[in-house]
Amino acid sequence: MKKLLTAAAGIALASALSMSAVAADKLKVGFIYIGPPGDHGWTYQHDQGRQAIDARLGDQVETVFVENVPEGPDAERTITRLARQGAGLIFTTSFGYMDPTLKVAAKFPDVKFEHATGYKRADNVSTYSSRFYEGRYVIGQIAAKTSKSGVAGYIGSFPIPEVVRGINAFLLGAQSVNPDFKLKVVWVNSWFDPGREADAAKVLISQGADIITQHTDSTAAVQVAEEQGVNAFGQASDMEAFAPNALLTSIIDNWSDYYIARTQAVLDGTWVSTDTFGGMDANMVNMGPFVNMPADVKAMAEATTAAITAGEFHPFSGPVYKQDGSLAAAEGEVVDLGSLLGMDWYVQGVDDKL
Amino acid sequence: MSAYEAIILTIITASTPLLLAAIGELVVERSGVLNLGIEGMMVMGAVCGFAAAHVSGSAWLGVLAAIMGGVAMSLLFGFLTQTLITNQVATGLAITLLGLGLSGLIGSDFVGLPGVKLANVSIPWLSELPYVGRLVFGQDPLVYVSIGLTVAVAYLLKYTRWGLIIRAVGQSHTSAHALGYRVIAVRYACIAFGGATSGLAGAYLSLVYTPQWIENMTAGRGWIALALVVFSTWLPGRLAAGAYLFGGVWILGLYAQAMGLGIPSQLLSSLPYVATILALVVISTNRRLSVINTPASLGQGFVPDR
Repeated sequence: MKKLLTAAAGIALASALSMSAVAADKLKVGFIYIGPPGDHGWTYQHDQGRQAIDARLGDQVETVFVENVPEGPDAERTITRLARQGAGLIFTTSFGYMDPTLKVAAKFPDVKFEHATGYKRADNVSTYSSRFYEGRYVIGQIAAKTSKSGVAGYIGSFPIPEVVRGINAFLLGAQSVNPDFKLKVVWVNSWFDPGREADAAKVLISQGADIITQHTDSTAAVQVAEEQGVNAFGQASDMEAFAPNALLTSIIDNWSDYYIARTQAVLDGTWVSTDTFGGMDANMVNMGPFVNMPADVKAMAEATTAAITAGEFHPFSGPVYKQDGSLAAAEGEVVDLGSLLGMDWYVQGVDDKL
Repeated sequence: MSAYEAIILTIITASTPLLLAAIGELVVERSGVLNLGIEGMMVMGAVCGFAAAHVSGSAWLGVLAAIMGGVAMSLLFGFLTQTLITNQVATGLAITLLGLGLSGLIGSDFVGLPGVKLANVSIPWLSELPYVGRLVFGQDPLVYVSIGLTVAVAYLLKYTRWGLIIRAVGQSHTSAHALGYRVIAVRYACIAFGGATSGLAGAYLSLVYTPQWIENMTAGRGWIALALVVFSTWLPGRLAAGAYLFGGVWILGLYAQAMGLGIPSQLLSSLPYVATILALVVISTNRRLSVINTPASLGQGFVPDR
């Protein structure tokens, strides 16, 4: 029923879009969102990027977006609709839009597509993602330094490589400070359900976690942490307003620079299919202010952030051991990009099975 | 707080919005009306409740506003389906879509603002009793409201004249009309009651569960509530059991994950649904019971003869 509903909502929105008149001389840039721009998390940051395009290139570009588009067949329909309406560039901003994006792209060779966090490309389909895990490593270090119980709780959405990578990076960061640090993982199997995210946070806290971090799209978990007096980290956007005492820092996605650059490339006719995996060095991942922590922890977090930004340090530097004890990267090596992108294994110390 | 207290508290929080929304829909369906707009009324309740609480600083004003928001949406549904005799299924879906969109519009200025939380009840001495004090005497007020409403509805439907009239209207609106009962008026009242409890359920989300406004924050709970009404075979006691079964299995699934039992999370996430379906199958083996309670004129519009 819920699927049916969101599908109906998607169709209704898509048809509302078709009624808007489009000036023929402007490049139309479309966005497909998994949640509402008001989630104050993942979609919110993508919408900030869209608004940045409007602000910078508004005289040559018109942006449109469709929100709450479920992953699956409805996505294909909605993307097709956008392409039919003359969008020249379409950003599909969730992992599950991967196959729909490629299918539609094959039918519209003149339209450029940009798929976030995926790994399948075509001549007119680029992929882009952020090295969120760099931020995860930093907050892992902070967690291990500030936690009293030595246990952190991690709320995951779906067990896909992007999320697993974040979990591993977090734990590697924590283990660099405290080798015995424990991590409990709870999957809510949803990107956006504030109530369930809050439930998961409560469950983790009652199981002994005194640091909560989440890879879901709302601010609910952070708020529970504030209420129950444990620490938390913001995800995707700065969530300090929801947990002024509990929040230590946030990992902030910055899509604006990338979106403006890609739109400019289409305007200039220089757009080619690429694979972008930018991190702190490309200004695609930012850290929020480090607050509510002692000065030495803050100094350590800042030093790690600076080292990652300068390219001097890689969070997946060896030795990295998989959960089963096998070696993923030896001393002096770094886990290779292919394993990072398709990561389907935990590092040692995660209290969960994939 | 001990571990078992934490588990039970979390289960109660997860189950209460379902129970609140479902108990109203149960009355609505008992009167022969199928309102698929629960999700829309609920999300309107959530946004109205949050907005009023945020502006006034009083969570109770928020609760009142949430009830009014839910009732307003339900009366729109009532006007369309009872006065204009539109199709109830289509109208209910439209109310859901309208509610989701309209709440986003109303709430656009309230995104990212910290909310006001409805304070828990605290009775001196009683709330501090070991083991049971916090659970029995220290919940948030809406938990007691949800249980009170369930008991009241069960009593009303079974033992009072009003309940008999509502059931008569739901069983056979033509007969009830012939007996001189005002079918449309009764249904309007039931629809408004359903809107009020859906609004309350919304308030529970935006003032207790996760005190903030996020677009679409009901996340499908209205549909679960709708399914629970059928699950309960329109009996309030079973409805409460169903809501707590659903919430309980969901929360225990999260606990199983946090304890690292190694059960796949996808399986655990589907367990509440599986458990509900299984219970439904077991209940429906008693055909006589389910037939007796099913409102015979459910979903049919009533046009009085001139």
